[in-house]
Amino acid sequence: MTEVRHLMVFAPLIALAILPFTGSTYITYLTLISLTYVPVVLGFNLLLGYTGLLSFGHGLFLALGMYVAAFMTFKYGILNMELILLTSIVISAIVALGVGFVCVKYTRIFFAMLTLAFGMIFYTFLLKFYYITGGDEGLPVLRPTLLGISFADMPIMDFLLKVYYYYVLIVVALTTYVMYRIVSSHFGLCLKVIRDNPLKAEHLGINVKRYRLYAFVISGVFTAIGGALLAPAVGHVDPGSSYWTTSGDIVFMTLLGGFTNFFGPIIGAFAFIFLKDIIMSAIIYWQLVFGIVLLVIVIAVPGGLVEGITRMANFIISRQLITKSGTSVSGKYAD
Amino acid sequence: MALLTTVSLRKYFGDVRAVDDVSLSIHEGEYVSIIGPNGAGKTTLINLISGILKPDGGKVYFMDKDITGLSPAKISKLGVARSFQLINIFPELSALDCVCAAIVSRSNKGMIMHKPLANDEEVLREAGEILSLFGLYEKRHVLAKNLPHGDKKLLDIASAFALRPKIILLDEPTSGVSSGEKKRIMDTLMSASREIGIKAVVSVEHDMDIVFSYSSRIIAMHNGKVLADGVPDEIKSNQVVISTITGRGA
Repeated sequence: MTEVRHLMVFAPLIALAILPFTGSTYITYLTLISLTYVPVVLGFNLLLGYTGLLSFGHGLFLALGMYVAAFMTFKYGILNMELILLTSIVISAIVALGVGFVCVKYTRIFFAMLTLAFGMIFYTFLLKFYYITGGDEGLPVLRPTLLGISFADMPIMDFLLKVYYYYVLIVVALTTYVMYRIVSSHFGLCLKVIRDNPLKAEHLGINVKRYRLYAFVISGVFTAIGGALLAPAVGHVDPGSSYWTTSGDIVFMTLLGGFTNFFGPIIGAFAFIFLKDIIMSAIIYWQLVFGIVLLVIVIAVPGGLVEGITRMANFIISRQLITKSGTSVSGKYAD
Repeated sequence: MALLTTVSLRKYFGDVRAVDDVSLSIHEGEYVSIIGPNGAGKTTLINLISGILKPDGGKVYFMDKDITGLSPAKISKLGVARSFQLINIFPELSALDCVCAAIVSRSNKGMIMHKPLANDEEVLREAGEILSLFGLYEKRHVLAKNLPHGDKKLLDIASAFALRPKIILLDEPTSGVSSGEKKRIMDTLMSASREIGIKAVVSVEHDMDIVFSYSSRIIAMHNGKVLADGVPDEIKSNQVVISTITGRGA
């Protein structure tokens, strides 16, 4: 079983590592964008899948990470990517602490609406404070140095797909590992009991609001890391990254992959980025197709692509090994 | 010294006096049953002590410390645990995780983020011991929602016991289970209390056979007030209590 798990983790990692040598520029670039969304959806799912809180304002933290990268590179000439990531972590933690302090007092629709409101306030700030943020035109993001090495002379696609890609892959692998440790830890269990039954959790001595706040801050930080990684890949930031549709995209990615499984949102992020690009190039009404996909998922496979794949695999295995009986039990939420 | 004391405790819901001037003390070694007809104020009293409800008046002391109006989490940390009338478990977690959560909370390990819980032998061993006490060890990997009703009830109580409280408040621990199951639950509960070293048990109960078989003291409530307070033989011979509880005239 452990071997199977290791294979499931390392096989995609190896595939991602050799992609720049084997895949086309188009595929590799979309993979790079998908990779930057991994910390975003992992952070988002810490709230949804593990704590039971649905945020509709995570675009705020994505935009925060992106604007930190833009400000530091374009406005202040600080190109050090490690410093950009560190600054994103610190600023997003401070902002998440303030926003979370207000939001975690509420749950369900009230929490969702409050996070949406904060996201839209930030969007308006980005849009209207033109002299600071560049307004609707946004700000460019200059090419950062990686581990102190400048790649300024390298052609942009070579930099993105041969150097920056690996930098992002390593940061994403690290953040995924850290998040896995968090959800498997004592803290992770406390979040799951709060998700399942906050009243009972409170009577076990768990300070529900405090733990929700911690989860919110961690979630915001992970999302901002994703934003900081995304910014150099797209080379430009604008207020749209904080708009409610961006927050909706993050929700969609997580639902698409499945919030009941740790790796579900990651699969969802990749599926979303690729599907969106393919469908957009085929028809202009891509939102219509995505709407139908969302409908099918919610009605037929609420556990997302992971559940669909698992069901299909179980079906094939049960057909092949008809004499063997299984007693596996699976939860509704992330385990 | 009394473990738990309430002084003139009051809780009103509009015109309804759910708990009205209730003063009582619970001492070490006691198994106290609270009885009374529906609406007598038994569960409200438990909710006031455990912090779910804030009283309109009066005080609650635990080991001489004023715990009136504290949050359930703070009261639990001080050593007052409770179980619920309706099953209150973590449906999507295994029985083992449900008990681990209580142990993690009690031992202040909730902020550990770097270490997998699966590697914490200390917590897992203790959780295994608690589940064994309640006869649930073999089902430790079963999701709580998939357990039979009686086992869910036991798991709810087991997670409260895992806090190793000084006093435990049980709100109808045998409600909704068959007569045969009731005795199993009560026997398990009594032996687990001794094993874990719980100093006093307060139980809201409707089944008079259970009440008179296990209690060392009985408090009868009616219309939010304490109607009678005494050892089982005194309560058994108290015609006012009998008529109030059974609804038959003395």
